[in-house]
Amino acid sequence: MTETRAAAAPPMTRSGVAIHWANRHKHWLTAALVLLVLPHVPGLNSDFGRSLLSQMGIAAVFALSFNVLLGQTGLLSFGHAVYFGLGGYAAIHFMRAIDHGLPLPVPLVPLAGAAAGLLFGVLFGSVTTRRAGTIFALITLGIGELVYAATFMLPAYFGGEEGITASRTGGPAVLGINFGSQLQVYYIIAVWALIAALLMHAFIRTPVGRMCNAVRDNPERAAFVGYNTQRVRLFAFSVAGMFAGLAGGLHAINYEIVAADSVSALRSGTVLLMTYIGGVGHFVGPVIGAVILTWLQVSLSGYTSAWLLYLGVFFIMTILFAPSGLAGLIVMHGPIVHTKAFWRVLRAYAIALVPAVFMAVGAVLAIEMSYRVSTQPELGTRMRIVWITVDAASPWPWIAAIALLAGGFHVFRKTWPIVAAAWNRATDEAGAVNTAGQRR
Amino acid sequence: MLELTTVSLLNGVVYGLLLFMLTSGLTLIFSMMGVLNFAHASVFMLGAYLSYQFGRWVGFWPALVIAPLLCGLIGAAIERYGLRHVHKSGHVAEILFTFGLAYLIEELVTMVWGRNAVANSVPPSIDFSLFSLFDSSFPAYKGLMMAISVAMFVFLYLALKHTRIGLVIQAALTHPQMVSALGHDVPGVFVLVFAVGSALAGLAGVIGGFMLLTQPTLAHAVGPIVFVVVVVGGLGSLAGALVASMLIGLLQTFAVAVDYSLLDLLRASGFAVARSSPLYDFYSIKVATAAPIVPYLLLVLMLIVRPRGLMGKRDV
Repeated sequence: MTETRAAAAPPMTRSGVAIHWANRHKHWLTAALVLLVLPHVPGLNSDFGRSLLSQMGIAAVFALSFNVLLGQTGLLSFGHAVYFGLGGYAAIHFMRAIDHGLPLPVPLVPLAGAAAGLLFGVLFGSVTTRRAGTIFALITLGIGELVYAATFMLPAYFGGEEGITASRTGGPAVLGINFGSQLQVYYIIAVWALIAALLMHAFIRTPVGRMCNAVRDNPERAAFVGYNTQRVRLFAFSVAGMFAGLAGGLHAINYEIVAADSVSALRSGTVLLMTYIGGVGHFVGPVIGAVILTWLQVSLSGYTSAWLLYLGVFFIMTILFAPSGLAGLIVMHGPIVHTKAFWRVLRAYAIALVPAVFMAVGAVLAIEMSYRVSTQPELGTRMRIVWITVDAASPWPWIAAIALLAGGFHVFRKTWPIVAAAWNRATDEAGAVNTAGQRR
Repeated sequence: MLELTTVSLLNGVVYGLLLFMLTSGLTLIFSMMGVLNFAHASVFMLGAYLSYQFGRWVGFWPALVIAPLLCGLIGAAIERYGLRHVHKSGHVAEILFTFGLAYLIEELVTMVWGRNAVANSVPPSIDFSLFSLFDSSFPAYKGLMMAISVAMFVFLYLALKHTRIGLVIQAALTHPQMVSALGHDVPGVFVLVFAVGSALAGLAGVIGGFMLLTQPTLAHAVGPIVFVVVVVGGLGSLAGALVASMLIGLLQTFAVAVDYSLLDLLRASGFAVARSSPLYDFYSIKVATAAPIVPYLLLVLMLIVRPRGLMGKRDV
């Protein structure tokens, strides 16, 4: 997120100070306003929509905490769900205590999650952060498996397969609100998500947050300057653990149950995919990734059993073609939006989109038919895909799928020079405008 | 007691050699290219599925050759069309790419062979008893597995240390520009290394498929343990991988056989633990129940005591 400063000298009057403050923080104020209004927007104002928004909020905090490691400190973790899950367990036990008469309001539950996340972040981090890079990734994977296996060995704390349940309505009401409805839960999550995002954004700008970047970019030089790189990594790891625990606490409030899947390798993998697809180089990247992937997960998993395959393809394509993620793609277009050639770029995109759609339709057709035949033979070979009905037993849909895929790919490759030419023209124009000093 | 010890010892060695089969290809790829291949266990799984499929079509012995070759080709394609383009973005991007591949291969296998385990039974030609030990017979396919595993070690060791191409491969890791200036095809060398590593994984899959369930979760079931072996043995050390495989194989097999808990130990040494004690649950975990986490405990211990691993040459 770029920092905006008022161009004029700081005004001295009281209203001037207020305007200056509002201008400085306009991104955050917009975010707060959007969060406030979202659950009342048509389409999202049902219980389903609010539940979806709640899940997005939880995923966003979790992904932001992951990016403190990956984007800010350059540490790739395969076991970040450990801190999410252990935070969730702490929160659910705290909620049970409230059910049994502890006189504290439910909105404070995520703090228990954050405390547990921090505690285990320091504990496990002191082992994992001894190394960086590849070996760090391996150790986090090992610790993830360790904790996952341990949840089944200690059923008294973790409840085994069934997990631990608690009720969020058991505590004292705050201002007459008992947190029974999804809307109230959404607002708890929204407030905590905003606080967490603010704190993590602030953390980037603290001296230790800056040192994280230094340790990421050049650990040797950071060590020569006199910093203990392991301690910097441990600090980042603990902070990430704390916010992951907070997300786990929000998860506990939202679902009123925490089970072993919350520390699983699958969840660790999902947060990695969200963060990377969203973009690790920008503060809002993980939020974009969390929102889109949660939406896809909720909407696609109802239609297709192959949604993990689509997710995998999406992820691989991001690594190969857009390593800075969706946020990176958006930012990349920033300099050329105001050029005259920008409409050419858009037109080139539209041209390239046509064969890409054909390609995608072919791929989806083939994938869905294969899945039906091999994983759900009991449903028969006749199937509906969106609005067409096909019979996977006859060869024609297969031939059509392969023809669409191959033909689409062939044409798609031919459209690339068009896109490249339009892009170069636009960047040249933007460059010329910049050097002429007419902008900024 | 003697029977239990001997049988556990044998099973431990068998399991350890299976782990080594799995790890050898990974170690080769890591030590030569510096790439930690997360999709390695997935290629192992592909090997198991391909040998099952070709075993049904053309019989076991041809499948034993075809499946690893196909896995090698797949590995070569992964390097040539994927990994090479990611290489410039650094090691994290490489790991992420192979991690994504592991996701993809699991789903592709599900797409082709379904979610349930396939009936990958041991072919009759290698399903006879080699010898008997205390009433339990030792099947021939386990003997074949041990022989292949040892052969892999010898082959890799000799190929890397005592052949010209092995020396070129080693030089290509540290001095790629110099090696290519001398007229060697460095990208080609990397493709070759990745193909051989994947073929080894495929070969391990052919045999390993009989000993483990051939199902889409197979890769995730063995993947993490393989990485533990690599770290404990010392990243990139072939001999270390062998020692660590055996160590973990034996530890885990013996742990399964131990039916005691910390509670029993405390009681035997005169401490009484009340049922109400908050750690009672923890104390009463039986060693046998904790066997699955033994490798990970070893991993953590190793990192605290000796971060470079058993035979690693340098800190990683």
